Amino acid sequence: MSEVSQLIEALSVEEVDAIEAEITHLPNRESAAIEAMRIVQEKRGWISDESLRAIARLLGMPTEALDSIATFYNLIFRKPVGRHVLMLCDSVSCYVMGCDKVRTAVCDQLGVEMGETTPDGRFTLLPIVCLGACDRAPVMIIDEELITHLSADSIPDILSGFD
Amino acid sequence: MITLSTKPLTERVEAVGGLVDMAAYENAGGYEAARQAITKSEPEAVQGLVKDADLRGRGGAGFPTGVKWGFVPKGDAAGPGHKYLVCNADEMEPGTFKDRYLMEMDPHLLIEGMLIAAFAIGADKAYIFLRGEYHESFKRLSSALADATEKGYVGRNVFGSDFSVDLVIHRSGGRYICGEETALLNALEGKRGQPRTKPPFPPASGAWGRPTIVNNVETLCNVPGILRNGVDWFRDLGIGNDSGTKLYGVSGRVNRPGLWELPIGTTIREIIEEHAGGMQEGYKLRGILPGGASTDFLTVEHLDLPMDYGSIQAAGSRMGTGTMILMDDSVCPVAISINLQHFFAQESCGFCTPCREGLPWLEQLLIDIEEGRGQPGDLELLDGNAAFIGAPGNTFCLHATGAMEPLLSALRYFREDFEAHIESGGCPYRERGH
Repeated sequence: MSEVSQLIEALSVEEVDAIEAEITHLPNRESAAIEAMRIVQEKRGWISDESLRAIARLLGMPTEALDSIATFYNLIFRKPVGRHVLMLCDSVSCYVMGCDKVRTAVCDQLGVEMGETTPDGRFTLLPIVCLGACDRAPVMIIDEELITHLSADSIPDILSGFD
Repeated sequence: MITLSTKPLTERVEAVGGLVDMAAYENAGGYEAARQAITKSEPEAVQGLVKDADLRGRGGAGFPTGVKWGFVPKGDAAGPGHKYLVCNADEMEPGTFKDRYLMEMDPHLLIEGMLIAAFAIGADKAYIFLRGEYHESFKRLSSALADATEKGYVGRNVFGSDFSVDLVIHRSGGRYICGEETALLNALEGKRGQPRTKPPFPPASGAWGRPTIVNNVETLCNVPGILRNGVDWFRDLGIGNDSGTKLYGVSGRVNRPGLWELPIGTTIREIIEEHAGGMQEGYKLRGILPGGASTDFLTVEHLDLPMDYGSIQAAGSRMGTGTMILMDDSVCPVAISINLQHFFAQESCGFCTPCREGLPWLEQLLIDIEEGRGQPGDLELLDGNAAFIGAPGNTFCLHATGAMEPLLSALRYFREDFEAHIESGGCPYRERGH
C-alpha cells in the first residue's frame, strides 16, 4: 500500500466524502482546512497527529501548516477530550450574574479544574467566551446543548443528565 | 388604510409565536421583495434604495450599507472571477445576543436579505460565517436554506431569472478576533484568523483576493423591509437622526433581561426602565456598557441619551451592537475590569506586541490592585499604558483599541473605587461579601 493511501486510510469514507463536499463550495482545497477538522472531530472527538497528517495530505498542504491553523482555533481540540465537553461562559454578563459561583460548583462536583478532563473520561471542562444568551445568564453549553439560568445549586442535577 | 410595520425584524416571530418557517414567512409576504428586485429591478437601483434609506451597519461600526455596496467594482473593472457576499454571523461581542435571535427565529429573513444584497453587488457566492458554538442557529439556518433551495430561491437562476447565487454556511472554529472583517476573511479561507492590512479594503480585495462585502446579520435582515415598504417608511422608523429600528438588549441585574425591537434612537432610560423592567430590588445601576464589552462605560448621568450612533459617540462611547450590559452596585469596578481585560488578552490574535504583551500585563496589574498589592502610582501607570495600547495605529487592527475603551472609561468614572483598593490594600466589595 502506498504512503498516500495509508494516510487516506486514517479517515473514513464518510469523512472524506463530507470534506470533498465542502471543497466543492471553495476555490481551492486548502480553504477547507477548518471545515475538514470540524468534520473529523465530530466523529472522533479530537484531532490526533494521525488525523492531522491525513487531513493535510487530503487537502494537499503541509501538516505543519494545518497544525498552525488547528492550534489557532479554540474549537479544534488537539488533545483527547471527555465524552462530554462542558463550556462555561465567563464573559462579562455571566460574570455580573455570578458565573464564578457556578464554576466553583462545577469544579467541586467533578473534582477537576477548568481545562481538565475527569479521570473517568466523562467531562472535559473549558471556559468559553460569551455564548450569546446574556439575557439568560449565567449559561454554558454541554456538547451542543445550551443550558441557561445556571446557579450553583442547579449544577448537580444538570450534570447527572450526562453519563 | 394600510398600516406599515413598525417592527420589520420581529413582527413575524411575534405573530407566529416562535420559529417562522417557509410557509409562515411567505404568508407574511416573505421573498416578494427579493423576487421583485431580482426579476424586475437592477442592482444599481437596489443599491440606491439602501443608500437612500440610510441603513447603517448593525454589527457595531455603523458604516452606511449602501455606500459600502457601492465600493464593489462593476463590470470589467472587477476583473475575472467571483464576487462574494459574506454575512458576519460570528456573534461573540460579550453581552450581545441579537443575531442569534434573528437566525433562530426568522432564518428566511436573513436568506432573503442575502439574496437581495448578493444581487445588488453582483455576488455569485455567498457565505454565512457562523459562530461555531451556535448549534441551534446552524440547524435552523440549514433547514431554511434547504427549503429555499428546493423552491428555487437560492442556487441557479433564482426566481427563474438569469441571476444565480450559491449560499453556503461556514461554521467557525472559534476566536473573537474572527468577527473583525479581515480576520473573518482569512478564517473563511481556511487560514489563521489574523487581521489583514487595510487598504486594500474587502470591497476591492476581500475573500480570495476578490471583491467582497461583509455585512452583519441584523444589517442584512433590514434589507427586505426597505425594498417592501420603501425608503421613507424606513427613515421614519427612527426617532432621531438614524433610520430604522434596532434590536436593543439588556443583560445584568434587571427585572426582565431581554431583547426588543424599538425605533433607533430610543433612550437608554426607556430601554432599561420600561422594557427591561428596571433594576432588581436591592441593586442600583452604576455603569452601562452600551453596546458590548468593547464600548466605553456610561453611567446614570447618561440615561436620557438616545441609543443612536451619534448620541452615544458624542458621550464618548459607541452604540456598538446595541445590547447593553449593566453593572450594578454589588459589582466591583476593578473586578469587572479584570474580567473584561482577561477576555481581550485571551482573544488577542498575538500578532502585534502592544496587544499580545500589553493586555495580559494590564490584566495582571489590575489583579494586583484587586488583591491588595496595588502601589501608589499604579493608576497613572494604567492610564498611560491604556492610552498607548488603545491608540489606533499602534496595532494592526482595533482589538486593543476596543479593549481599552471599557478600561479607560472605568478609570475615569469609577476612579474612587480604584483608589480605595490601593489605599485600603484590598477590595472593599469582597469585604462586603460579594
